[in-house]
Amino acid sequence: MNDIVLRLNNVETYYGKIHALRGISLEVHQGQIVTLLGSNGAGKSTTLKTISGLVQAYAGTIEFMGNDITREKPHVIVEMGLIHVPEGRRIFKDLTVEENLELGSFTLKDNKKRKERLEYVYELFPILKQRRRQSGGTLSGGEQQMLAIGRAMMVTPKLLLLDEPSMGLAPIIVQEIMKIIKRLNQDGITILLVEQNAKMALKLADYGYVLETGKIVMENCGSELKKNESIVKAYLGS
Amino acid sequence: MLNIIAQQIVNGLIIGSVYSLVALGYSMVYGVIKLLNFAHGDIYMTGAFVGLAVLTVISGAVGAGWTGIILAMIVSMMIVGLLGVVIERIAYQPMLNAPRLSILITALGVSLTLYNTVMVLTNGEFRAFKTDLGYEGISLHNIQISYTQIVIVLATAALMIGLHIFISRTMYGKAMRAIALDQDACRLMGINVNKIIALTFFIGSALAAAAGIMAGVYYGSIHFFMGFIIGLKAFTAAVIGGIGSIPGAMIGGLVLGLLEAAGTQLPFVGSGWKDVFAFAILILLLVFKPTGILGKTEIERM
Repeated sequence: MNDIVLRLNNVETYYGKIHALRGISLEVHQGQIVTLLGSNGAGKSTTLKTISGLVQAYAGTIEFMGNDITREKPHVIVEMGLIHVPEGRRIFKDLTVEENLELGSFTLKDNKKRKERLEYVYELFPILKQRRRQSGGTLSGGEQQMLAIGRAMMVTPKLLLLDEPSMGLAPIIVQEIMKIIKRLNQDGITILLVEQNAKMALKLADYGYVLETGKIVMENCGSELKKNESIVKAYLGS
Repeated sequence: MLNIIAQQIVNGLIIGSVYSLVALGYSMVYGVIKLLNFAHGDIYMTGAFVGLAVLTVISGAVGAGWTGIILAMIVSMMIVGLLGVVIERIAYQPMLNAPRLSILITALGVSLTLYNTVMVLTNGEFRAFKTDLGYEGISLHNIQISYTQIVIVLATAALMIGLHIFISRTMYGKAMRAIALDQDACRLMGINVNKIIALTFFIGSALAAAAGIMAGVYYGSIHFFMGFIIGLKAFTAAVIGGIGSIPGAMIGGLVLGLLEAAGTQLPFVGSGWKDVFAFAILILLLVFKPTGILGKTEIERM
């Protein structure tokens, strides 16, 4: 049975003249949470941007649900069901919370479906319903992260890319975001999670990859990675 | 005295309506790609000539009364809207990642191209914008308001209300506002950014064409250099309202029209000085409130 949702095969990406990804290969299977760990500048965000098409791969192939998406435009990739929640949330600060969410369902042509998804997201994040008429910029950091995830859930993603959802948030909010990620996964969403907070990521992940200067240097199932001494030293700070 | 003031308010609203419609295109395009589209005044001028051409063709069948004019306006808005899209595709899209100054110069090139093309096609002559409309109107306490003036103001209001509903209620309108804020985030929502930019050019150009035809109907003649000064005035209106802001462009146009009309009545300042008056206002505004009436403070990266 082939349950591979995403497969990267020797992907290389340049940022101007910087060789940011030097041959990344990884796989994400149906129903998994896979995490990509690494320090600042290792190429985690670049990997996600290359997958979602914001940055073009220089070499290698990216397959999503069996289709080659290496050269596809981002909006086409979104329509296929691959949704990327970018680093720094990138919500539309001058638009209202509800308008932000509606834009998440831009690819839906059916207004009834849009209303249904909106109700689903409001059930996931009741605070967003309270703030629906406020502009996005007035939300707190945690609420903005919820809005960014909620916006992605306005369609039914076949794969959700999350880039540092814990960034800049208080520990108690991080706990809440973790619960949401777990809940989404239980609802059947496959997730590729990029994190600097390795402790949080490894608690959630079925499988993990460790990235260093544009290369995968280690991979294993989540519980094994947690036991690995060098990871503990490098990313868990103990 | 009161009559003069009231009459000038009427005049100011008419000319202000034209400014507003053209300013909207300026502001919308600036909003989505941060380009001051200096060819926009020439789009307005082209719209007037396309409108006259269409009206001449269809007037045999439907006459050159209101039916003919409105039909000609709708057809010309489509044609000139598409022209705007073609210009964006050919001239601006390849330049979107180039330095800001390059695309500005491209806009000047587009302006000269349109200007000279129409000049050659019309032998540089004035053309009468012949319609079957008379000079009838209503008069209230000695204030003359022609039906043409009333229709211009109503048509402008209808177009603006339509635009407002489009921008605030439809998904495409919301996408347009979102693109002004963060293009990459829009791409990640599945929005085809190039398509929305093209749509913005379509709407902005169509509105300019409508304004050009209104001006043609109102003044009775059109010429290839009519876009130059209106382009500058509409830019002024957009800045007064706060560039990038759609309600700002609407308000800015009307404010500029009214101020100009008031300017013609100042002692020692004849109506010949009204352009000086308009641009003096622009300078004052840039000094004291550079973001305009509805504009937001923004840190500009040039």
